[in-house]
Parts: sequence; structure tokens; C-alpha cells
Amino acid sequence: MDALEIARWQFGITTVYHFMMVPLTIGLGLVVAVIQTLWYRTGKAEYLRMTKFWGKLFLINFIMGVATGIVQEFQFGMAWSEYSRFVGDVFGAPLALEALLAFFVESTFLGLWIFGWKQLKAGIHLACLWVAVIGSVFSAYFIIVANSWMQHPVGVEMVNGRPVMTDAWAVFTNNTALVAVPHTLFGALGVAGAFLLGIAWYHLWRRRHDGIDTVTGAGRLIPGEAPDVPGRDRGDYTVWIRSLRIGAVVAMISFAGTALTGDLQGKLMFEQQPMKMAAAEAACHDGTGFSVLSVGNLGSTSCDDIVAVIEVPGILSFLAKGDFTTEVKGVNSLLGEYKEKYGTNLPDNPLYGERAGQEIQYVPVMEVTYWGFRMMIGFGGIAAFAALLALWVTRKGAVPQSPWLMRLAVFGILAPFGANAAGWIFTEMGRQPFVVAPNPDPSGIDQVFMFTAAAVSPGVSAAELMSSLVVLTAIYAVLLVVEVRLLVKYVRGGVASAMPELAHTAKKSDTDDTQGPGKSGDDVLAFAY
Amino acid sequence: MELLPTIWFVAIAVLWTGYLFLEGFDLGIGMLMKLFARNDTDRRVLLNTIGPVWDGNEVWLLTAAGATFAAFPLWYASLFSALYLPLLVVLVALIFRAVAFEYRGKVDSERWRTSWDWAIAIGSFTAAFGIGAALALTTTGLPLDSNGDRTGGAFAWFNGYAVLGGLAVVAFAFVQALAFLALKTDGEIRHRARAWFLVAAPVALLPLIAWSVAVQLLHGETWTWLLVAVGAVAVVLALRFGRAGAEGRSFAFLGVFLVAMTGSIFGAAFPVVIPSTVDPAFNLTISNASSSDYTLGLMSIVAAVGLPLVIAYQAWTYWVFRRRVSASHIPPVHSFLPAFVSKTPASNEPVSNEPVSNEPVSNQTAPGS
Ligand code: HDD
Ligand code: HEM
Ligand code: HEM
Repeated sequence: MDALEIARWQFGITTVYHFMMVPLTIGLGLVVAVIQTLWYRTGKAEYLRMTKFWGKLFLINFIMGVATGIVQEFQFGMAWSEYSRFVGDVFGAPLALEALLAFFVESTFLGLWIFGWKQLKAGIHLACLWVAVIGSVFSAYFIIVANSWMQHPVGVEMVNGRPVMTDAWAVFTNNTALVAVPHTLFGALGVAGAFLLGIAWYHLWRRRHDGIDTVTGAGRLIPGEAPDVPGRDRGDYTVWIRSLRIGAVVAMISFAGTALTGDLQGKLMFEQQPMKMAAAEAACHDGTGFSVLSVGNLGSTSCDDIVAVIEVPGILSFLAKGDFTTEVKGVNSLLGEYKEKYGTNLPDNPLYGERAGQEIQYVPVMEVTYWGFRMMIGFGGIAAFAALLALWVTRKGAVPQSPWLMRLAVFGILAPFGANAAGWIFTEMGRQPFVVAPNPDPSGIDQVFMFTAAAVSPGVSAAELMSSLVVLTAIYAVLLVVEVRLLVKYVRGGVASAMPELAHTAKKSDTDDTQGPGKSGDDVLAFAY
Repeated sequence: MELLPTIWFVAIAVLWTGYLFLEGFDLGIGMLMKLFARNDTDRRVLLNTIGPVWDGNEVWLLTAAGATFAAFPLWYASLFSALYLPLLVVLVALIFRAVAFEYRGKVDSERWRTSWDWAIAIGSFTAAFGIGAALALTTTGLPLDSNGDRTGGAFAWFNGYAVLGGLAVVAFAFVQALAFLALKTDGEIRHRARAWFLVAAPVALLPLIAWSVAVQLLHGETWTWLLVAVGAVAVVLALRFGRAGAEGRSFAFLGVFLVAMTGSIFGAAFPVVIPSTVDPAFNLTISNASSSDYTLGLMSIVAAVGLPLVIAYQAWTYWVFRRRVSASHIPPVHSFLPAFVSKTPASNEPVSNEPVSNEPVSNQTAPGS
């Protein structure tokens, strides 16, 4: 593999990995903040327990987002120095602002939340979590502004061959970003929803399986308690059934939100990156139909041997334009336009090494764009539909005894993760061969673009890149195993894993932890075993 | 000299100084996990002194890097790509260190804790060394060609300055952490930290002074030499106050020393951000490496509002957690089993009988009332 390919693999792997942690951080953070607010308002024990339990899992995941984020911050300069030189004037600002205005807020206030259960008044303690969560939303905003500029460069002028920012407002209100941010946030909520649903299902199932809860002939559930198992009292049941319902509702809201905003994204993409849209459809010829299933050699970049097996007429036009009749340009007609506008070959610059003068391949890998697009929507849709079913099935308060359904609920947690990963892979690979895609806006900044082949660090050898690819991938793999095993451990431990005080008050009723949030001096998290 | 690039050169020097000052002690505490702490309780005391703040401190590094990217893209691109492998090592160190803080207390097993302790110790040492080396090289020079790319292969950056800078930051962090422990803990650890500090400081602060002097010899000016002198006086005062048991003032003068050192180093390097050892014509300077005035102006406005805010709420955090930590505050490790009814066969639960620590170190309420 040459340096370019290795650098791309590395960026793809590290970013997709980072984006496994990120949506859970954002989504679960929001959910925990809402739950703690409920506790603050009502003083009900189950909300405190939910805050503690989900908060613990949130933190186990959060740290991995931090650890992998640092790699992202350094990577542009290390592996993509030409890219950094080219875009620095515009792209650096949102990155710097993300650190200054979002990361500081997140890390500082989360520190206060984790350690401040006793030191801070309940209201302030809760506010710290909210501030941290809002910080993570800002971090999503800033990084997506940066990314959206690569998808749709605005607010710049070319000076000495480099884009120079002339209109910060345009950069920070890039329409691409304004729809991508809510889309990504809804996507993150989807992850949190399925996470709550799957884990809560497991615990409800476990309680039935262990004979703690019983179900009447009419299907009503009667919560019981297991005196020798820490945390397995009656209140425990409330924790899980409520978590399940919150999770299911969040998952459904998330899908509605992603679908609405995704539709807007599709319309923008049709204007801004028509080739990406065509490739998402594996649409060779102009037309109106949305393909549900295409076969043939999607991997090939001449698309003559792709056949649409099932096609719904009009839908593609609807996705792109909002009506059912506008013809959407296919790959074949776009190819000529791109070649004419942006040239057929990479410039003959010695900086590009062996790639200098190479022919440019304008059609992205259609296997990836086509299936990426469908996996994103499909996984998201499946998760939302499953959430709806789960609400129906558990309407009387009991989950079925079937271990298979339980496993399905638990593995279903992965579906929104898959949707998110697929969405990004589609977005990023669909942009190829550009790292900064040209803005076809007729108002004149058409010539701001950069080929990925021109972006990689000229001074860094393939061997150096390979070593980092291997090292980072190996470490990430190990850490993934560690993180998942820890999560599993804490999940199995139930609420008591996050609330040791339950271990010795297991036999008493709930009154122990119903103390209102006002009494912050008490041992809310203190350790007394 | 252009005004905005100069302001941003100063801003980046400030960010690095803030980083070295704040993460100085938590990198140092990381190293002390193996050198200084004698048992698990000691280690937990150490960790709890920085528990609520280390992540916030690390963001100074991210901000320094991000601000360099925004304000001097060519500096960022050349420095980070030229130092590809050393920065990879720094990244690995930071990854393990961060994860270790959070995960160390989450499983109640000696082996688990020991492994993560090593990750913290080695990670902290390596990160400090690598960042010191990178900063030393950006102030003394790298083999850059006319495009700003490294010539001469993956290790062409390696020289004595790199080692000196690495040592300087490691040793400074070590001393800084001892001063911090004397300030933040109570009981036996506090006294031991003070004793170690008094012994270590006179020797361990020398490499940082040496790095500064090396930069002065390359391109120092009168005022930067004066700063070196200020730094030397600050060391003497830090030691005197340390000996007198005035831990707060001792720590403060260590800060003055750091500011004087970074001030003298960046001040002498100014206006060059990376000297090229291939040809001075290829030097990256604040003028040829910077972003446009528009971008710098925008960033200046945001930083003028944002940075004081950051300093204010981080200061508040230190105030909230101002209590000294001591061994008696550290709760015992708590184990728990999965929430299963015991008659359940454990065969299909592979990890079910491994006890799990209930109250992970990093999540405890810091000792309070
Ligand atoms: C749970 C996650 C999830 C779900 C259910 C969906 N998406 Fe999505 N999608 C993402 C998660 C995501 C993402 C990972 O967040 C992306 C990647 C980049 C971005 O902005 O969001 C994305 C990108 C993305 C793009 C690419 C934008 C571009 O390249 O500029 C389009 C057109 C859509 N989405 C459209 C949709 C539609 C029509 C959906 C219909 C239901 C949908 N998405 C569901
Ligand atoms: C977190 C979500 C993101 C994911 C999952 C993601 C994914 C990817 C993937 C898979 C690639 C490889 C493309 C290829 O090899 O064809 C890539 C490339 C790249 N992405 Fe993203 N990306 C994300 C966000 C971003 C953001 C926010 C930025 C900018 C701030 C960005 C900048 C880049 C760059 C510079 C490349 C390298 C050039 C290239 O190969 O396209 N990405 N990304
Ligand atoms: C390639 C582009 C990206 C870069 C350079 C980047 C950078 C970083 C960094 C440095 C951190 C660690 C912060 C810390 O130490 O506290 C981090 C974590 C995080 N990032 Fe990313 N990130 C990227 C992609 C994304 C995307 C696309 C999103 C959101 C949609 C996102 C949102 C977050 C969040 C919520 C965290 C949680 C942890 C934290 O902020 O501390 N990141 N990222």
C-alpha cells in the first residue's frame, strides 16, 4: 500500500472508532441529565438509582471518547500536512474553538459532577452535568462545522492558491452543518435509546428468570424482591421498566429526527455533491427512481454492469428535490462535467510523489456509498421499529421469558452504532476523490477544492504511516475489549454496582435512598461498606 | 512586526505554559505512582488529588495544538508531520494514561490495578518526555525543506536538544508534582513529599534551565537572559519557602520559575516558530506560517472572552476541591457480585464470579467533611 492508502485507512479506522464512543457520550449524557433533573424535581428513589447506574456506564464510555479524540486532534498535522497547510486558515478555527469552548467545559464540569456529589449543592451539582452535556453538543457542532466545510466550502476566497476565510458567519452557519448537526445529534440519541432499552430488557428478563418478579394470569407483573442480592428490591423493578420505556421513546424520536433532517441533507447533497448522491443510488443514468436493490459489480467505477432489480419510481426525485418528476443526474452524465470542471489528472507536482500526474477517479466506490446509505437508514429504522414493538410487548410491565428475545434486545444495541458508522463512511467516502469537495455554487467559489491524493504528508514515509496504523489499530482493538468487558460487568452488577450503599440496605425498604436531593451533606455516594 | 501573528505567538506560548504548569503536576503524579507511593492507599491518595482536574488540564494540550493549527497552520503541519513517530508515542502514552485513570479502580484485582498503575507511570513519563522533546525541537530547529517537510528520514529530528527538552519536562513535572502533593495532601505523604521536593528540586530543575540557556545561546536577547535570571531566583525562593513549610508559596514560585523559563525560551525563539537546520531561508516564522489577519482577528476576539472564562471556572474547580487528601479519607475497596440469585447456574456467565470493585477510585467523592 502506498502512503495515501495507509493514511486513509488510518483516518477511517480511528475516526469511525472515535465515533463509536462519541454518540453514546452525547446521547447517554443527555439522558442522564434529564433523569437527574427528574430526581432533583421529584426526589424519587428510582431516578437517583437510574442516574447512578447509567451515569457509571456513561463514564466508562466517556473516557474512551477522550482518549481517542486526542489522536484525532493530532492526526491532521501528522498524516495530512498538505491538507492542514491548505485548509488551516478556515478549518483550524472551528477546531481551536472546539477545544477552547467545548472540551474545556466538558472535561472541567464533568470532573465537578463526578467528584462533586458531596461538595456541591444538589442544584449546582446537577447544573454541572447540564453544562458538560451542553459542552458535548457544542463540540459536535464545532467539529461538524469543520467537516461540513470539507463537504461544502463557503465563506472563503482563494489567495495564493489557498482558501482564506473572508466570512466567518458563512462558515459557522454553513447550511450543510446546520442540518448535519441535528442529524448527528438525533443519531446519537438513537444509540442511547437502544442502549437503555437493551440493558433494561436484560434486567427485567433476569428478574423474571430468577423468580423475583412473577406474572399473573392476566399478564400483569407483580414485582418481588430477592433479599440477598444487593439492589434487587421492588424499587429495582421500577428502575428497569422506566429505563426501558425512556429508551424506547428516545429511540423512536431519534429515528423520526434523523429521517426528517436526513431528508434535508439529501436535498443539499443533491445540489452540493451530485456525484455522491448518484453514487449513493448507484444510478448510472439520469432518472427518478430510488433503487431498493441493485446488483452487479458495484465495485466497478464504470457503472455499465449495474442493474436495478427493484426500483421505486419517483422516490429519488423526492429525496433530491421534493417532487416525483425531476430527473436526477446519473453518474454517466456527471462524470463528463466533473472532468471538464476539475481536470482529468492530479497536477504534476513532485510533492505528490508517485501520485503526481495520476488520473483522477471521480466515481466513489459505489459498493460503499450504495450500501452505506442503506445500512444507515436500515439499521436506524430497524432499531426504531424494534423499540415500538418493545413498548407494545411490555405494555403490561413484563418482558417475555424468552432468552432469545432478551439476546436480541441486547445485541440490538449495536444497530444504531452500525447506522452511525455507515452514515459517516458514506459521507466521507462518498466525497472522494476530494478531501475538500468543490462547491458548485454559481456565485463563484467553485475552484476551492482539494484532491485527497494531494493531502497526505509529503515528508512522512509509508513505513511510518504503517507503523502508526498497526499500533493504533492494535491498541484500539484491545481497549475495545476492555471497555466492553467493563460495561458488561457493571451491567450485570445492576444498580448496586454503581451504588454500594444498596449492598447493605438491601433488606430495608426504599426510604434509605429517598432522601431528597436537598440533603447534599449525606452519604449519597459515600462509601460505607 | 505584524501585530496579530505576534499576539498569537504569545497566546500559544501562554497555552503551552498553562499546559506545562497544570498538567506538569498531574504528569508528575503519574510518574510518582510507582516511584513514591508505597501501597495502594498511597496511590489512591495521589490519584484523588488530581481526579477531578486532570482531564481539564489535558485540554490545555488540545487547545495549544488546535490554536497552533488555526493561527499558524504551517507550523502545525510541519511540526506534527516532522515528529511523526515521537508524537505517535505521545499519543499512545496519553491514551493509556487517560484510560488507566478511569479504569484502574473498576475491577478489584491486584493484577488489574498494577497493570494500570504501570500504564499511568510509563504513560505519564513518556508523554512528558515526548512533549518536552517536541517543544525543544520547535525552538532549536528541525531539518525542514522549502515546503516545510522533514528531510532525512523518520529519525532525522533526533538530537541532543530533543533529549534535553524531554528530560527538562520530565524532571520539572516530577518536582512540580512533589510540590503539589505537599500542598494537597495531609499526613505522612505530605511530609514525605516535602522532603523529596527539597532534595529533588535543586537537581531536577537544572535541565529546564539548561534548555533555556541553550536557546539563549542560539538566539537570546537581553530581556530573555533577564528572564533566565528571574527563573533562577524563583527556584531559590521556591526552595526557601518549601523549607519553611510555606507550601502554597513554594508552589507559586515554582510557577513563576516555569513562566520565566517558557517566556525566555519562546521569547528568544521569536519570531521564528521552527528554525530549519537545512537552510535558514526555509525557517518558518510568525509571518510566513500564520493564518490571515481575518482569521487571527476572529480567534483573538473569541480567545479574549473564552480564555479568561476557562481560567475562572478551572480556578473554581480547584477551590471546590481545595481540601487536602489523606489516607484516612480513602474508603476501602468494595467488591460486589453480579445481581443474580445465587441458585442460578453460573456456567453461562463467564465473568460472573469475579468480584468487581464497587467504588472505583476515580469516582469517589473526594474526601470531605
Ligand atoms: C442512528 C443514526 C442515523 C440514522 C437512523 C440515519 N442517519 Fe443519516 N447519518 C448519520 C446517522 C444516521 C450520521 C452518522 O450522523 C451522518 C454522517 C455524517 C452526518 O452528518 O451524519 C449521516 C449522514 C447522512 C447523509 C449524508 C450527508 C452528506 O454526505 O452530506 C444523508 C443524506 C443522510 N444521513 C440521510 C439520512 C436519511 C434520509 C435517513 C432516514 C431515515 C437517515 N439519514 C438516518
Ligand atoms: C466522527 C465522524 C467521522 C467519521 C466516522 C469519518 C470517517 C472517515 C472515513 C471512513 C474516512 C476515510 C475515507 C476514505 O478513505 O475514502 C475519512 C476521511 C477523512 N475525514 Fe472523516 N469522518 C468523520 C468526521 C470527520 C470530521 C469531523 C472531519 C474534519 C473535521 C473529517 C475529516 C476527514 C479527513 C481529513 C479525511 C482524510 C482524507 C480522506 O481519505 O478522505 N472527518 N473520514
Ligand atoms: C475528526 C474529527 C474529530 C476531532 C479532531 C475530534 C477531537 C476530539 C478530541 C480531542 C476529544 C477529546 C476531548 C477531551 O479530552 O476532553 C474528542 C472527544 C469527543 N468528541 Fe471528537 N473529534 C472528532 C470527531 C467528532 C465528531 C464528528 C463529534 C460529534 C458529532 C465529536 C464529538 C466529541 C465528543 C462528544 C467527545 C466526548 C469526549 C470529550 O469531548 O471530552 N467528535 N474529540
